[in-house]
Amino acid sequence: MTSTYAHAPGFVAGDRPKIVTSRFEFADSYTIERYLATNGYAGLRAALSQPAASVHDEVKNATVLGRGGAGFPAGTKWGLTPQEVWPRYLVVNGDESEPGTYKDRLLMERDPHQLIEGCLIACYAAGLSRCFLYIRGEMALAQERVATALNEAYAAGFIGKNILGTKFSVDIVLHWGAGAYVVGEETALIESLEGNRGMPRLKPPFFPAANGLYGQPTIVNNVETLANLPWLLCNGSEAFTAIGTKTSPGTRMVAVSGHVKRPGVFEIINGVTTFRDLLYGEEFCGGIRNDNKLKAFVPGGGSAPWFTPDQLDLPFEASQVGPAGSMLGSGAIMVMDETTDIPAAALTLTRFYAHESCGKCTPCREGGTWLERILTRVVEGTGTDADLDQLIEVGSSICPGDFPHASNADLGLAAVPFPYKMTTICFVGPSAYAPIHSALTLFRSEFEARVTTRKRIPVTAGHAL
Amino acid sequence: MSRLTDANVAIAYEIIGRYPRPKSALIPILHLAQEQDGYVAQDSMKHIAELVGVTPAEVFGTASFYEMFKFEPVGKYLLNICGTLSCALMGSEELMHHAEKRLGIKAGSTTPDGLITLEHAECQAACTEAPCLQVNYRYRFKMTPAELDTLIDDLAGGKLADEIPSHGVLAMVRQHIPAERGVGAVAPEEVNESPEWLNGKSAL
Amino acid sequence: MSTTESTSDQVETEVVIDPNAVSLTINGKTVAARKGELIIAAADRTSDFIPRFCYHPRMKPVGMCRQCLVEVEGPRGPMMVVSCMTPVAEGQVVHTETEQVKKAQEGILELLLANHPLDCPVCDKGGECPLQDQAFSHGPGESRYVEEKRHYEKPIAISDLVFLDRERCILCDRCTRFASEVAGDPLISFTHRGNNTQILTFPDEPFASYFSGNTVQICPVGALTAKPYRFKARPWDLEETQSTCTACSVGCATVIQSSRDQVLRFQGHDNDEVNWGWLCDRGRFNFESINSEDRFTTPLVKEGTSLVPTSWSSALETAARTIRLAVSSKGANSVAILGGARLANEDARAWAMLASKLGITLHDAQLDDGLPTEVFNLPQATINDATSATTVILLSPDLKEELPVLYLRLRDAATKNRTRIIEFTTRASGLTRYAWKSLNYEPGTQVAAVNSALNDTEIAGQLSKGNVVVVLGRANLAESSDFTAQAYNAIAAAFPAATVLPVLRRGNIRGAATAGLTAGNNARSILTAASEGHIECLILLGADPLSDVPDLDLARRALAGAHNIIAVDTFPTASTLRADVVLPAAAYAERGGTTTNLEGRVLPLSQKITARGTSRPDWMIATELAEQLGADIGVESIDDLTAIDAPSQTLQVLSVAGSSAPERNSYDLRLVVSRKMYDNAVSTVTSPSLAHLSIGAGIYLNPRDIERIGALVGKDVKVSTSSKSVILTLHADESVLKGTAWVPFNQPGTDIRELMNANDLIVDVRVENLS
Ligand SMILES: Cc1cc2nc3c(=O)[nH]c(=O)nc-3n(C[C@H](O)[C@H](O)[C@H](O)COP(=O)(O)O)c2cc1C
Ligand code: SF4
Ligand code: FES
Repeated sequence: MTSTYAHAPGFVAGDRPKIVTSRFEFADSYTIERYLATNGYAGLRAALSQPAASVHDEVKNATVLGRGGAGFPAGTKWGLTPQEVWPRYLVVNGDESEPGTYKDRLLMERDPHQLIEGCLIACYAAGLSRCFLYIRGEMALAQERVATALNEAYAAGFIGKNILGTKFSVDIVLHWGAGAYVVGEETALIESLEGNRGMPRLKPPFFPAANGLYGQPTIVNNVETLANLPWLLCNGSEAFTAIGTKTSPGTRMVAVSGHVKRPGVFEIINGVTTFRDLLYGEEFCGGIRNDNKLKAFVPGGGSAPWFTPDQLDLPFEASQVGPAGSMLGSGAIMVMDETTDIPAAALTLTRFYAHESCGKCTPCREGGTWLERILTRVVEGTGTDADLDQLIEVGSSICPGDFPHASNADLGLAAVPFPYKMTTICFVGPSAYAPIHSALTLFRSEFEARVTTRKRIPVTAGHAL
Repeated sequence: MSRLTDANVAIAYEIIGRYPRPKSALIPILHLAQEQDGYVAQDSMKHIAELVGVTPAEVFGTASFYEMFKFEPVGKYLLNICGTLSCALMGSEELMHHAEKRLGIKAGSTTPDGLITLEHAECQAACTEAPCLQVNYRYRFKMTPAELDTLIDDLAGGKLADEIPSHGVLAMVRQHIPAERGVGAVAPEEVNESPEWLNGKSAL
Repeated sequence: MSTTESTSDQVETEVVIDPNAVSLTINGKTVAARKGELIIAAADRTSDFIPRFCYHPRMKPVGMCRQCLVEVEGPRGPMMVVSCMTPVAEGQVVHTETEQVKKAQEGILELLLANHPLDCPVCDKGGECPLQDQAFSHGPGESRYVEEKRHYEKPIAISDLVFLDRERCILCDRCTRFASEVAGDPLISFTHRGNNTQILTFPDEPFASYFSGNTVQICPVGALTAKPYRFKARPWDLEETQSTCTACSVGCATVIQSSRDQVLRFQGHDNDEVNWGWLCDRGRFNFESINSEDRFTTPLVKEGTSLVPTSWSSALETAARTIRLAVSSKGANSVAILGGARLANEDARAWAMLASKLGITLHDAQLDDGLPTEVFNLPQATINDATSATTVILLSPDLKEELPVLYLRLRDAATKNRTRIIEFTTRASGLTRYAWKSLNYEPGTQVAAVNSALNDTEIAGQLSKGNVVVVLGRANLAESSDFTAQAYNAIAAAFPAATVLPVLRRGNIRGAATAGLTAGNNARSILTAASEGHIECLILLGADPLSDVPDLDLARRALAGAHNIIAVDTFPTASTLRADVVLPAAAYAERGGTTTNLEGRVLPLSQKITARGTSRPDWMIATELAEQLGADIGVESIDDLTAIDAPSQTLQVLSVAGSSAPERNSYDLRLVVSRKMYDNAVSTVTSPSLAHLSIGAGIYLNPRDIERIGALVGKDVKVSTSSKSVILTLHADESVLKGTAWVPFNQPGTDIRELMNANDLIVDVRVENLS
């Protein structure tokens, strides 16, 4: 039976295996008392009673996919650090800002000790001697909860010198951002942590694992990725891989927002649960609001090319979603029903990415804003037919070649698989184009109607229905 | 227009002490300056430059990249209404129109009494609770125009003073690493040994 | 191996495979490259040009303009990469001209132009603009951008010398990278974000860098412009020639650009051994002095108390008569020559030949403000030796102030961790921040400081690790140079393999020394002899003793005591005004030849414009004077002066007097006097853009000394020795060693040299409030 916890806004528990949200049912889940009473820091003890290398093996065997967007297995990433280069650092990516994404904040607000314990396990296993926990600037409550938890954990001897009386010593330093989406990109995160403008570094040549913070080997992991570790160490990799599929084991947190009956954050079974389950399943969102027709949905955060009902039966499995023309990204689904004004919806995302460009790459800095301006004109009803072609032209300066999109039976479209080619350093530039490309490919007639009728329809025309 | 107070300089030094390189403390100390004055004053940027050993131009270069830092005074309460897709789908545009009408100002400006600065914000990581907004980075979920009116009344009436500090104060809890527990920050070039626990044995 | 005759079998076994050699193909052509090299650099050796804006071969690539995208074949088909950040690899296949690449390059150029104002007709850069050129060669041909462009306040002055027009800026990060990475003056920064990104200084903190002009040169558009050049010329009107800067002895490669026989600009030229393309602002902008109205344009002779114009023949005749009379009445030792470091090698040779023909043995190209030129006979190091040495020891003046581009090179070596710098200094220098050890000493105690450092196990360990180069120069004009010599000898004794980079700063001091103009007696004895009335004729070769000799009183007495003065100079100076005959010398860029930099490297000097008025090159003046004197030196043209100077003997140590400094009375402060980049030097003062950049006279003390004295910062104080006193404005400076006082040399305002006496080993002063 589905239940919502009032103290964890947005979270819908449900009757599913829980790896990272098991304590959310308690109103005081963020306190050290509750944490210790619910098997807290047992994973750390389990880790410390093995050699570091075997903890690392355990994580590798479990194939804990990164939850920050790229889905790279954590154990493998840790293994990419060069031998015998010290010090090496752990940077925790708690900058959650991808449109639609809402999970890391819950994990930090509701169970900060679980994250701390995950950090400690990662540091132990990968020989990381200092951890920086970077929390998005605008998340005041998460900062307070994590600060409190860190202070408690230091006092209790879980962090700092000689943890639990062993030779394992590591500091965890809380660091807040100050409002910049692009800082979520791992190299920008490192720049920001060095006190610089959060502009991504080009990789290759250097990946953070080899050359990151202060030029040292650095592991950047997402909050949710690390939050999996305490459970994993308590229960073992076999128990972990018993949930989900071989290529996508365990669970993952997914936020479904927009035009569904019960928007919420769910911990779902990786690789198994389908989009249809999520959108229509009674234990999840229970269908489209007012039983309207589904028009389109964004399957993996604002950067992802859009899907239509044709793709509803795909499971949460990267190896299937990629060839279908999009990505799973950060576990964020945004649902648009039949009432949605598609050009206006696309504009909100393009505006976001144009606004969040760091300004480093010409195509993103200039192209993003140009796209926004043309699209604004179109949405406001002063655009021309040529503007629609110009959108594609500017887009192809950012992403030359075929841009990925989903197949569509009605339009007779075959899928173009993910990923795309790009002229920029990071994905912000292409992301400004992605919604435009999807919207124009799948719903071109709405744009054409707009440039001929020149009438303004509010984004939320459907909201009042 | 002020430098950091002595008390804040002490906090700044504590923060700097946590990083292997002082410049890393730049953003946390800029927050401290904003907490002190409600915005980041020019003099405090110069002061911060001295504290972390960079030029004021570098401090401003970094600070101006980040949206949360304000270089002019803003209202006591910064009201950020999210306008990205999920919130837009759920009516944030109407909410913004309502806020503009109710406050009598356009987004991006401050009420004449200096109480509220209204801003259009991008995704606040609460998409399932759309439309959402933040007041000095404290959330309000699933806002209706009526709830917005109540919120504004409460802010004006000082009813939320305990819950929502004035602009600049972010987290009301600071991290503190007790001297006897902390490992301490060491410049990377001074480390060349592998961590002690990587000795092939279990630690416990 | 190439010398051995061998069969093909043998050849095969003898082929040495260079482990760093890499071979790749670019557009089907095989290109040889080195491991670690970037694709764009390798492509620059082919005929296929890859467009670029942010890439600069002397700075770390950032890959941000995205203009240099190319395709590299990979296991999963061709990959688009930026060629400015992608290293070459063996067997790599690169395409720079495929449809895909062209599309990307055109797309990016269109985007770059989107917000660019296209005000090319009124832009200084128009005609030499990489954006303009590449828009033509690699652009889309037309822009479809119809939106409103970004607007910013039109050019804002970001420093005394540089203007910024943010609308033209394409945000390539070159100027900002230069400022922080190369110059170490991160005073300009990107600010704001995304489409609002711009370059700015902090309010009230201008881009006051000694190297600001380089940013103008490397800006790929007209966003940064130099005040001395703005609106002066169109690039297509400029003619140019390569030359060498002689503002100091580093010898930076320059390009002289002129139009209608007027020099309009100096640009840096990349010389791998010397300046890497950089110039300091003094060297870059002092071209203005060539155009100065103040210059001598015609010979002058004294009539009564004033100098009046005359013809060359009569001036030369007067000069020759003076010299002849002196030699015949009082012997060749009554004629002395001061100066010569401003001259080209050929000029210096001509004068040295004339001197030797006449038997003149009193000559010195320094003005008692350097070190004995024996330093050129020590085992020598080049700049590249220093920047690749394991350890560099600085026993030198502040290189940032005196030899600015050498400072850049050493800073680069230290920041890239190639070289560790051990500095001996009395106050923070430009390199102090980058020094591994910065060791303070009180003037006169150098030897003790060096010896205690040599006894330090950590320092001794560092010195034993590899090559040691000693950068040797005169750090303090208010002390005997003997102390520096002693300190050097101590190092040489402990590390006989150490080599020396001599940093005597005058432009061509080394050329003058090599030509023989410094051999013989030193300036101090010449000045003393003159002051005692023993000099009948003093020839000033571009020398201004009244401004440059540390002992002002001695200089005054010498110029008063010399019976006749012949000045060969370009500008009126305090000293040339005392002359009986003035022979106007052609300025830089008005004469050719060669110059020798501090390493002994012979570098070209080019003539670009005709000499002003009737002024002539110094060698010609010497030759004509020789003719007048009937002393044939066998010179018909400058080509007769390109002979190679005889190699000089090598020394292991410097000769020292073994002086030791007296104890300092604890109420006194030991004086340090040294140069700043901008001072009353004639080429600075006659360059309007630089003239007002001097800091002015003043005295700088450690705050604790100021407290002890109870004086007020910013107020005038009395600074006195046992015999004299001057009034100077007091400044606090943390970096001044306690117990010492620093005064900048030759600044506008009170002249500290009033207190300096050539025979004093050190100068101790007392600083007091004015009563
Ligand atoms: C533009 C951009 C924004 C990103 N934002 C976030 C973010 O907010 N949080 C996050 O964890 N990862 C984000 N990522 C992904 C990170 O770069 C990185 O892959 C991730 O933090 C690695 O952690 P994981 O391996 O545990 O997933 C972003 C990536 C890009 C390109
Ligand atoms: S793509 Fe955009 S956000 Fe990413 S590095 Fe380039 S300019 Fe910055
Ligand atoms: S020149 Fe390579 S990205 Fe700018």
